[in-house]
Amino acid sequence: MTEMPKHSVALDAKTPEGPLADKWTNHKNNIRLVNPSNKRLIDVIVVGTGLAGSSAAASLAEMGYNVKAFCFQDSPRRAHSIAAQGGINAAKNYQNDGDSVYRLFYDTIKGGDYRSREANVYRLAEVSANIIDQCVSQGVPFARDYGGMLDNRSFGGVQVSRTFYAKGQTGQQLLLGAYSALSRQISKGKVTMYNRHELMDVVVVDGKARGIIARNLVTGEVERHGAHAVVMCSGGYGNVFFLSTNAMGSNVSAAWKAHKKGAYMANPSYTQIHPTCIPVSGHYQSKLTLMSESLRNDGRIWVPKHESDVEGLRNGSIRPTDIPEDRRDYYLERRYPAFGNLVPRDVASRAAKERCDAGFGVNEAGEAVFLDYASAIERYGKTEANVQGIPAPSAEKIRELGEAVVRAKYGNLFQMYEQITADNPYKTPMRIFPAVHYTMGGLWVDYNLQTTVPGLYACGEANFSDHGSNRLGASALMQGLADGYFVLPYTIGDYLADDIRTGPISTDTPEFEQAEQAVKDRVASLLGNNGKTPVDDFHRRLGRIMWEHCGMSRNAEGLTQAIADIQALREEFEKDVCVPGRADRYNPELDKAGRVSDLMELGELMCKDALERKESCGGHFREEYQTPEGEALRDDKGHAHVSAWAFTGTPAEATHHKEELKFENVELKTRSYK
Amino acid sequence: MDFTLKIWRQEGPQEEGRMETYPVTGITNDMSFLEMMDVLNDKLIRDGQDPVAFDHDCREGICGMCSMFINGEAHGPNRKTTTCQLHMRSFKDGETIYIEPWRASAFPVVKDLAVDRGAFDRIIQSGGYVSVNSSGNPLDGNAIPVPKADADDAFNAATCIGCGACVATCKNASAMLFVSAKVSQLALLPQGQPERMNRVQRMVDQMDKEGFGNCTNTGACEVECPKGISLDNIARMNRDYLKSQVTGE
Repeated sequence: MTEMPKHSVALDAKTPEGPLADKWTNHKNNIRLVNPSNKRLIDVIVVGTGLAGSSAAASLAEMGYNVKAFCFQDSPRRAHSIAAQGGINAAKNYQNDGDSVYRLFYDTIKGGDYRSREANVYRLAEVSANIIDQCVSQGVPFARDYGGMLDNRSFGGVQVSRTFYAKGQTGQQLLLGAYSALSRQISKGKVTMYNRHELMDVVVVDGKARGIIARNLVTGEVERHGAHAVVMCSGGYGNVFFLSTNAMGSNVSAAWKAHKKGAYMANPSYTQIHPTCIPVSGHYQSKLTLMSESLRNDGRIWVPKHESDVEGLRNGSIRPTDIPEDRRDYYLERRYPAFGNLVPRDVASRAAKERCDAGFGVNEAGEAVFLDYASAIERYGKTEANVQGIPAPSAEKIRELGEAVVRAKYGNLFQMYEQITADNPYKTPMRIFPAVHYTMGGLWVDYNLQTTVPGLYACGEANFSDHGSNRLGASALMQGLADGYFVLPYTIGDYLADDIRTGPISTDTPEFEQAEQAVKDRVASLLGNNGKTPVDDFHRRLGRIMWEHCGMSRNAEGLTQAIADIQALREEFEKDVCVPGRADRYNPELDKAGRVSDLMELGELMCKDALERKESCGGHFREEYQTPEGEALRDDKGHAHVSAWAFTGTPAEATHHKEELKFENVELKTRSYK
Repeated sequence: MDFTLKIWRQEGPQEEGRMETYPVTGITNDMSFLEMMDVLNDKLIRDGQDPVAFDHDCREGICGMCSMFINGEAHGPNRKTTTCQLHMRSFKDGETIYIEPWRASAFPVVKDLAVDRGAFDRIIQSGGYVSVNSSGNPLDGNAIPVPKADADDAFNAATCIGCGACVATCKNASAMLFVSAKVSQLALLPQGQPERMNRVQRMVDQMDKEGFGNCTNTGACEVECPKGISLDNIARMNRDYLKSQVTGE
C-alpha cells in the first residue's frame, strides 16, 4: 500500500559548529530568511494543537505564513497538554539558588542518562527563560508570592527551584495561553483551523512533504491539503500500553503515517513510566490518572518494613496510620539520601517496582506504595502557627493549619484523588503506583527539527530530541513551547527560502490521488470487515503485551516473545475486528480502529528497538544489564547513539540507522542520586 | 450493579432524536461514568448495534470534552465534578439513569450525546487574548509585579475548561459564565489592560451573535460548573461592558 521513499537521507544532525553556548545564536544569524512579502506566498500545515502545535501555528502565522492547523478534538483547546499538572522549568534563577542555563542543560542531559544531543538540549535551556516572559505577557496566571513576583517549586532530579506553576493546572494555563495566541491568528484569517479532523496520510512529492490527507470526523469526507511544509505536533504514543495517563484520543497515527512515508522513528522504546499515579482498580479501567510529581516536594514515599503489616493492610485489619514510624521503610530516602523522594522518575518507578516485587505492595493486587503527607501537614502547620502567633498550638490546630497550606498548594490534586478513590488523602496516605506517562522517543529530527523527509518537521513530544532516555519533570511543557514559539519558526525559514517561487501546491497530482484512494480503501476495509471483536479488545491485549514485556523492565526473551505476539494480534485484528457504523457519519469506533491498527505496528517496532539496545539507560531497563545493587548499567562504548528506524514494510524488519552522540561539553558519568 | 439507561439517540444534526432504553449489568463501584458507557458500547458492538457516540478525551476532568446531562444535571449529581470524574458509587444499584446531550441551539447535536461547541471557540477568537507576538523579547516575567490576590483571582477565572455545562444548565442557555471567566482573567491582570474595554465589547457581541440567551442571574451555572467558576465574574464583566458603552472606549 505504501510507496517506499525513493530519496536517501544521511543521518546528519546538522548541529552547528562553534562553542556550545554560541551555536544557536550563530545558527540564527546564518540561516536563510524569508522576507515578509514572500511569507505570504507560503503555506504551512500544522498537525496537532497542543503546546507545540498551537504555539507553532500561532508564531508562524504572526510571522506571515499561511497556516492550516488540524486537531482531532472538537476544539484546539482540548489537546492533551492541557492535563499537564506540575509545572514548567526555566533557568531564571529567580530563587538565587545557583541556577543557570548551563545547570538546566546539565541536569537535563544527566537526567536523560546521556542519551540526548548536547546542542539541542543547550538550546532548550537557553530559550527556557523566554517562554516564561512570553507566557506572562499573554496573561498566563502563574503562581505568585506576596510581593507579586513569580513563585517556583522543585521537581525531581534537580537541586534548585526552577519550576514555574499555576497550582496543579500548569499545562492547562499554558495551553490556554497558546490557544489564545492561536485564536487571535484564526480571527485574522492567518490560520485556518480544522477541528475534528484526523491526519490519514502525509503526501510526499518529489521527495518533499507537500501536504496531507485528512478526514473530517463529522462528515467522513476525505480531504486533500497541500502545503510547502508539514509540521507534526501530534504528541506521544503512551496509549500503546492501553492504560496510561494519556488522553483517550492520544495516538501515534500522524507520526506513524509520516514514518511509513520515510521519516525515521528514533528511540521508540524510550518510555517514561511515572512513579506517582493512582493504581489500577479493575478490568474495565480505561485510563490511569497521574498525581503530579510536585507532590514529591512534600510527600514521603514508603511501604511497611514487615510482611505482617503488609498482610494487615491487605486484609483491612490495620490502617496505614496504625503503622508506627519505626516499622515504615521510606525506601527512596534510604536508597538515595542525596535526592530522597525527589529522584528522577525512572529511578523512583523502578524502586517502587522493586519493593512491590519483593512483596511489600500495599493494596490487594500488591501494586501500590504510600505517598504520605502527614509529616508535611505537621511541618507546615507548625510554621503557620508561628506566623499567626498562636502560642502552644494543639496537635489538632497544627493539623488544621497544615492542611490549609497543603490545600492551597495541591488542593485540586487532592480533590481529584478523593473523587477517584473515595479516600481522603489529608487523613490517610495516598496509594500510588507507576504508570506510562510520556514517550521520549518519536520522529527523528535534526537540529532544525526537520525529519528525514525534507519539508516534514516534528515538534514537542512527537519528536525524540531533547529528553534522552528519561525526561525530567516539568520539561515537557518547556520543550513543547520552546519548539513551537522559539525554534521551529526560525529554522523552518531556512527550508522555505527555496519555496518563494514555487507557488501554491497543487493537490491535483497522482501522489495526492493515490494517497487519498489508499485512505478510502482502508476505511472501507475496516468497515466491511464483518469481524466479531470490538477495537478496544485488541487495544487492551496490545497493552498487556507491551506492559509485560516492554514496560518497566525488559529482557531479550520477553521482547522476542512480544514481537511474535503482536504480529499474531495484528493478523487477528485484520481478520476479526468489528467496526460498526458508516463512513459518512461521526463514528468514533472507526477513528479508534485506525489508531489501534497503527499502535500495534508501533508496538512491534518498540520491542525491536528495546531488543537492539543492549544496555540499561533511563527509562529503558534491560534486566540483563544491571549493577549488583540493581541500578541501570549503561554501555557508553556500544550504545551512545540514537537508534533511528526506517520503515520497510513490516515494523520488525525496519532498518537500523545510528546517530552517534558526541559529548564535547559534559563528561559521561554513572548517574548517581545517592 | 445493574442500571437501566435512557439515552438520547440522534443520527446526525438534521435527524430527529429519541430516548432509547438500554440495560447495563456488571457495573462496579469504582468505574467512572464513562467506563460504564464503555461497557454499554462494548455490548452494543458485540450485538451488532450502533454504539452511543459521546465526547471524551482526558478522562481526568481537565480537557472539558465530556458533556452529558445526567438525570437532569450537567455532569451528573456531584458538584465540581466532570462526567469523566463521576463514579458509579454515586448511583444506587438498579437505578434508572437519564442521559442527554447539552441542549442549546448554539450547541447543535453532532450525533447522540456529542455536540458542536464551536461557538465557544469563536467567542475566544473575537477577543479572548492579549495581542502580543512571540518575538522572544517581551518584558521580563517579573518586570510587572502582580498582587497575589489579583493573580489568584485571575487564575481561578482561568480554570474554566470550556465544557459548556453553564450553557446546558441555564434555562436561557446563556454563555455569560464562560465569557465572563475569560474577560475577568484578562481584566484582572496588568497585561490585559490595554485591550480591556474593546475586548469585553467584542466578546459580548460575538456571544449574542452565536445565539446564546441572556443572563437572568439565577446562578445555576455557578452551581453546576465543574470548576466552580464564580458568578462574581459575570458581575465584573457587566461592569466592564457598561463602562465600555458609557465611555465609548
